[in-house]
Amino acid sequence: MDEKENIIISLQHVKKAFEGTTVVEDFNLDVKKGQFVTILGPSGCGKTTTLRMIAGFETPTSGQILLNGEDISMLPPHKRPVNTVFQHYALFPHLDVYDNVAFGLKMKKVPVTVTNRKGEKVTKMKHLSAKLIDEKVSHALAIVDLDEMEDRDVKTLSGGQQQRVAIARAIVNEPQVLLLDEPLSALDHKMRKDMQLELKDMHKKLGITFFYVTHDQEEALTMSDVIVIMKDGIVQQAGTPEEIYNEPVNAFVADFIGESNIYNGTMVGKKKARFIGGVWECVDDFPLNEKVDIVVRPEDVMMKKPGKGTVDGKIVSKIFKGVHYEFIVKVGKNEVLCRDTKDHEVGSEVSISVDPENIQIMHKELTVNQYTDAYINNNNQVVIGEDAFDCDITQLIPGSFVDADGYLVDRRDGKRYDFKDADVIAEIGLDQIDISDDLSSGQSQGTIIEMVWIGDHYQYIIRTDDEEDFVANSPYTWNENDTVSVSVKPEDIKLRLKKGLDEYVVE
Amino acid sequence: MVKTMNPGEKLARFNKKQKTKSVLQKVLAQCFIWIVLLVMYVPILVLIAYSFTTATNIGTWTGFSFDLYVRFFTIADKDAVEIWTALGNTLIIALTSSLISIILGTCGAIGTFYSKKRWKGIIENVTQIPVVNAEIVIAMSLTIMFVFVQTYIFGGANIFGFWTLIAGHVVLSLPFVYLSVKPKLQQMDPALYEAALDLGCNQRQALMRSVVPEIMPGIASGFLLSVTLSLDDFIVTAFTRGAGLLSGDKTIETLSTLVQAKIKKGPIPTEMRVLTALIFVVVLLIVVAITIYNNRKKGPKIRRGRGTK
Repeated sequence: MDEKENIIISLQHVKKAFEGTTVVEDFNLDVKKGQFVTILGPSGCGKTTTLRMIAGFETPTSGQILLNGEDISMLPPHKRPVNTVFQHYALFPHLDVYDNVAFGLKMKKVPVTVTNRKGEKVTKMKHLSAKLIDEKVSHALAIVDLDEMEDRDVKTLSGGQQQRVAIARAIVNEPQVLLLDEPLSALDHKMRKDMQLELKDMHKKLGITFFYVTHDQEEALTMSDVIVIMKDGIVQQAGTPEEIYNEPVNAFVADFIGESNIYNGTMVGKKKARFIGGVWECVDDFPLNEKVDIVVRPEDVMMKKPGKGTVDGKIVSKIFKGVHYEFIVKVGKNEVLCRDTKDHEVGSEVSISVDPENIQIMHKELTVNQYTDAYINNNNQVVIGEDAFDCDITQLIPGSFVDADGYLVDRRDGKRYDFKDADVIAEIGLDQIDISDDLSSGQSQGTIIEMVWIGDHYQYIIRTDDEEDFVANSPYTWNENDTVSVSVKPEDIKLRLKKGLDEYVVE
Repeated sequence: MVKTMNPGEKLARFNKKQKTKSVLQKVLAQCFIWIVLLVMYVPILVLIAYSFTTATNIGTWTGFSFDLYVRFFTIADKDAVEIWTALGNTLIIALTSSLISIILGTCGAIGTFYSKKRWKGIIENVTQIPVVNAEIVIAMSLTIMFVFVQTYIFGGANIFGFWTLIAGHVVLSLPFVYLSVKPKLQQMDPALYEAALDLGCNQRQALMRSVVPEIMPGIASGFLLSVTLSLDDFIVTAFTRGAGLLSGDKTIETLSTLVQAKIKKGPIPTEMRVLTALIFVVVLLIVVAITIYNNRKKGPKIRRGRGTK
């Protein structure tokens, strides 16, 4: 019961679509009073849209936003007790610092009980008194250390000072929730560091709920009580910074938060995983033989004398980072990024070990590309999206061949099958897709929208024009947004019929 | 043997060369400015000079006198009354049509600015056309349209008058208002409107308190542009005017149509010289006043609700 009352903002199954494109999908989050919540994600992941829905600039396509248990999803922004600090501050250039901060207060009306001429008590909505406004503005300006600047034109202020005015302008209205849309992105590095600490401090002093949006993982880790990681409009993980850092739920989160070594692994026993050529003790229990993703943070890798660790490798590079050295150790085909305060020579043999609790094991997100709405065209090719791939349709019936008319003939009983327009499920392994810069060489082409380094290779997601995704492994380097062609050998496409064989018999 | 200069000598020569070059450049630039100013202002100075003589034909000087000024301000003088009426008409038309233009033009510009990309492009192109279009085309098409409306909607009753004239002038100046407001909107942070909403304004308040103050300079210059356009306009006025506004004449006479009518019959009324001289002086005073206003020093700000410390 207590728990429930403490929740100030609750987003329930919130979805937002713009002209058919879903930007935010099924967003669920409960925010407790006084928390510092950060939505973190790469650009275009829907985090700003989520914030704008809470502020009231967008209305959700479906779902509810509750504030203190009341649905506010359809309220206009001026009726919501939330205020926003905008990315580029959006200060009013025609007003000075003082009037910018006073703007919200001057708009505000509060119920005042007055006795009218008949002696009746009536409640009227009145503007705040000039004296009260002045007190509040002075207080807010003092909080952001700008009390000396109140007569200055906002255009003459530095970026950091404008940022403070924007914050003062929002907090002076005493909102229940303060929304901050990447407020530090326009500041230089040093300024950003200072403002991070100041914001955190301000959050403690004011005791109001902060809802912060950023793409900077370090910012999120420094300031937040709760971090929500988003990707493509979907919440990947929500939790405290420690939870997110130490126990990422998938490779995306691990890669996005901090630096990490990500490998393919297999469970080979109870709490035993095999990866980069060694068998490692771990603390997570997964079914035997399951393919898993493994994350090891560079600082958790211990470098020992050869033979003393779990696997042996050779140092191939060394970078001095001030507090520590950063090494890349080649173990077989895989690279291990590790940190050590002690110096080691490049080229020397080392052994590597990791404490069991520092090996994070995650369900493998995808082991095969599956296309459930593929079909066979009249040339006995499989069509995925809008692109036709040559394939071996004889796999649909063991021991069959294609006759001169294009029908599949079963050798055993001589029945002929016509698979034209047959709906099939096509599967292509991640290693079976070849990526090439030569756009004419493949059957399909698309843009690389995402890439993750997994131990000894990159995993790419290639999205075609008709919104079909190919996930492919490749040891070669491309960049995000590169246009590449995709080709698959006919024998590597696995086909399964959606309907029974009898449907396709030719009489 | 090649004669070599030492570096110091070289530099001195170079500097000298540069100096003579720059002096020449300066003189030429100065001359150019003065020639331009001369071309621009000599006619006006001649006009002002001739407003102080009673000669009917310009070119002859019959002695300095304030006679024309006296006549211009004499109610009994027939020419003067005509000019005053035309001036009144012109000002009323200019101010009314400009006011309508800036309201419509500003709303249009804001609407276009916040609308979707595809529409934006179309609307912008459509509004550019009247700017480059010949005025005679606007005038003719307006007349034809008014005649059409008169015949088919008002059953043949004459609708030409003040409002058709205003409509004509609004059509003329609207695109210019749009063009002067648009850049101000583009310079503005588009989030300002949302910031105002966020701080407790409803939609109308947000527009008036955040967007309008930002684009005010654009609206003001749009207003001045359309006043100027309307004051000078002859073609559209001649095509769309109807019965008189201040005098009850058969047709509205503005300054431009009055001068045109007078020239047909004989010389320009001498009082006109006084009027134009006065207009120039008034404009000059306005420009000076604006300059002084903009350069004024700002005094300490007064904060309501705060006692003196």
